[in-house]
Amino acid sequence: MSFWTRHQAFEKNSIILIAGILLVIAIGGLVEITPLFYLKSTIEAVDGVRPYTPLELAGRNVYVREGCYLCHSQMIRPLRDEVERYGHFSLAAESMFDHPFQWGSKRTGPDLARVGAKYSDDWHVTHLTNPRAIVPQSVMPGYPFLSATEVDPDTIADHMRTLRAVGVPYTDDQIANAGADMKAQADPDNAGADAFAKRYAKAVVRNFDGKTGTPTEMDALIAYLQMLGTLVDFKLYNEKANLR
Amino acid sequence: MWFLALCFFRKRIRMSQPSISKSMTTGESGLALVFAVTAFLCLIASAKALDAPFAFHAALSAAASLAAVFCIVNRYFDRPAELPPAEINGRPNYNMGPIKFSSFMAMFWGIAGFLVGLIIASQLAWPALNFDLPWTSFGRLRPLHTSAVIFAFGGNVLIATSFYVVQKTCRVRLAGDLAPWFVVVGYNFFILIAGTGYLLGVTQSKEYAEPEWYADLWLTIVWVTYLLVFLGTIIKRKEPHIFVANWFYLAFIVTIAVLHLGNNPALPVSVFGSKSYVAWGGIQDAMFQWWYGHNAVGFFLTAGFLAIMYYFIPKRAERPIYSYRLSIIHFWALIFLYIWAGPHHLHYTALPDWTQTLGMTFSIMLWMPSWGGMINGLMTLSGAWDKLRTDPVLRMLVVSVAFYGMSTFEGPMMSIKVVNSLSHYTDWTIGHVHSGALGWVGFVSFGALYCLVPWAWNRKELYSLKLVNWHFWIATLGIVLYISAMWVSGILQGLMWRAYTSLGFLEYSFIESVEAMHPFYIIRAAGGGLFLIGALIMAFNLWMTVRLGEQEVQMPVALQPAE
Repeated sequence: MSFWTRHQAFEKNSIILIAGILLVIAIGGLVEITPLFYLKSTIEAVDGVRPYTPLELAGRNVYVREGCYLCHSQMIRPLRDEVERYGHFSLAAESMFDHPFQWGSKRTGPDLARVGAKYSDDWHVTHLTNPRAIVPQSVMPGYPFLSATEVDPDTIADHMRTLRAVGVPYTDDQIANAGADMKAQADPDNAGADAFAKRYAKAVVRNFDGKTGTPTEMDALIAYLQMLGTLVDFKLYNEKANLR
Repeated sequence: MWFLALCFFRKRIRMSQPSISKSMTTGESGLALVFAVTAFLCLIASAKALDAPFAFHAALSAAASLAAVFCIVNRYFDRPAELPPAEINGRPNYNMGPIKFSSFMAMFWGIAGFLVGLIIASQLAWPALNFDLPWTSFGRLRPLHTSAVIFAFGGNVLIATSFYVVQKTCRVRLAGDLAPWFVVVGYNFFILIAGTGYLLGVTQSKEYAEPEWYADLWLTIVWVTYLLVFLGTIIKRKEPHIFVANWFYLAFIVTIAVLHLGNNPALPVSVFGSKSYVAWGGIQDAMFQWWYGHNAVGFFLTAGFLAIMYYFIPKRAERPIYSYRLSIIHFWALIFLYIWAGPHHLHYTALPDWTQTLGMTFSIMLWMPSWGGMINGLMTLSGAWDKLRTDPVLRMLVVSVAFYGMSTFEGPMMSIKVVNSLSHYTDWTIGHVHSGALGWVGFVSFGALYCLVPWAWNRKELYSLKLVNWHFWIATLGIVLYISAMWVSGILQGLMWRAYTSLGFLEYSFIESVEAMHPFYIIRAAGGGLFLIGALIMAFNLWMTVRLGEQEVQMPVALQPAE
């Protein structure tokens, strides 16, 4: 019986055909995806990466909502020009608490993986409000409405609880103080600012948008942008230990 | 309450027409009841919603559920006691209603999607067009464009043609009575929820899988029903063999279900809110995303439309498929290899090298089955090449296959790591996608709709072949402008980013590369505008075909047994 005759089993029985399709499409995915969950070398051993603070998380949600990832990548490739332009190439560990990941696929604007601490808060406020006020050739949309919208300190703990359920290691302490921490990070005079700084290593406490009162989405987004790529200290990072 | 009303109606209809025993089918009463309950639950969800978009979507769902109950009951009153027969005079009584609906929606969403594409292309050339408002900014409109053209336009074309092809090639009426309607209307409702969600900022930010958890759940229900209708029709077929096109449709439906479930598991923050967090994180999420993303290309935009090629080209050319054996090899090789190709979207990222290399290797191998399929489609015209001169619809179908060949050569080339180091993150990718999307998916869809509309509405021919000709040339010119502009701008961008001065410094700042793109963005928008004009001509032509076309007289022909 030739191959072509045998193949008629698929052509004459829809259930066998479906079983064949499922089998054939399963192989590639299983081989490529499952090892990423258990191979130890997949994510580098690095110090410093921590979950987002409540304010940074709210800012990240604004980043996701406005579709920033459609024009800005957060993934520096180990190529000479990229490392010189943007900084050390991105590590897998740096996005391990990202649900979802924001690596992006297009650079209509520059990469943002290490934009943190590159520009002042003032620069960001002006630039986000009207990009062409600072960069005349820019094609980025303006986001003046972010300053007019307050973030919600009451619900952010629910977000952190949800993230903990999918694997982000928030502590009970961090979740219990989420709302207060959110306000504290945008207000250096806040009584809780010290306690907040202890809960989140390397977190920056500043009045990001320069306005008093409940933090706005502008505060949140800038807090997020200013921490991007700042958590790992590459002076201490041992590249040889993580050769893959 | 709705159930009581239904019982009351049932009683009334029985009393008023005592001679005919007409009663609701289990499907009718069951579905009406389910929708009535859904409407109630959605109202509660709307009242308890934590955010405005969720309240809006819940209210929209409640209204749609009520409308569904009304339509089911109304249809019951209007229909005769007997459901439509499976056969009339020994000939299958094909179910064309859902096909007509989907064809219409395809044209509607197509124009909407092309228009949004033109708008966002113009925003990149003239950023003032963002208007600094949340719901008109590029970041929210871009997913609206991609979803509208891929899932709304492409999806409706696939559903319409698959329902047509599966009936014709199995020689039976579509399985199910309400189920096909549930599929077409339910699918378009998913599009509505997804699209309005993007504008309101509801997104999980996974490219081509942006809709949030509740839209994903609804799509799952609709998609499983789609599979059941399609499979049910195949199972009761009158032909011993399952036709080639149906293998591709089946692979498309089954695999999209697997991809959707694999990429989208997420935990909502609250069942009364739109925000959720996806279960996968970081590197695993990236891999899941591009396993999904590339196979949305492979199975939605390729396998599904290859099914169209395998039915509509032989039909229109009145020639058999060039090689049956080639189609067998094409089918299995294509679906086996495609699944591996995802990692080429993540070259030089933090994804481990072994995964990147696997992705690249399989992407290059993928070139072979792709061109095998292209050859099979093109060579089907053997002995009928002269028809290209007289039939612009066939020309559209054939040129689509040529574009398929071109972009399936370009794709494997761009998946080579060194090429990718230049092309990735640039407009070259956008150009590559559009040579496939406009040239292949767009043209094969247009060709199929030009065939399908006269067939489904029982018209002798199209209103005007001359207008098809105009559509063909205007759209082709648009595509050429689009993809050549993106090639130049993409390669220019890539080269500018890596250019060094003689002293060893980076030569250009990033913003200089943005500035250099401006003329190409204008050319690209002009190309997109031409493509949109072509589609408007098409919509007019199809509208007139349905309105004014001459009815085709059905000649009773004895069926020839298949060899």
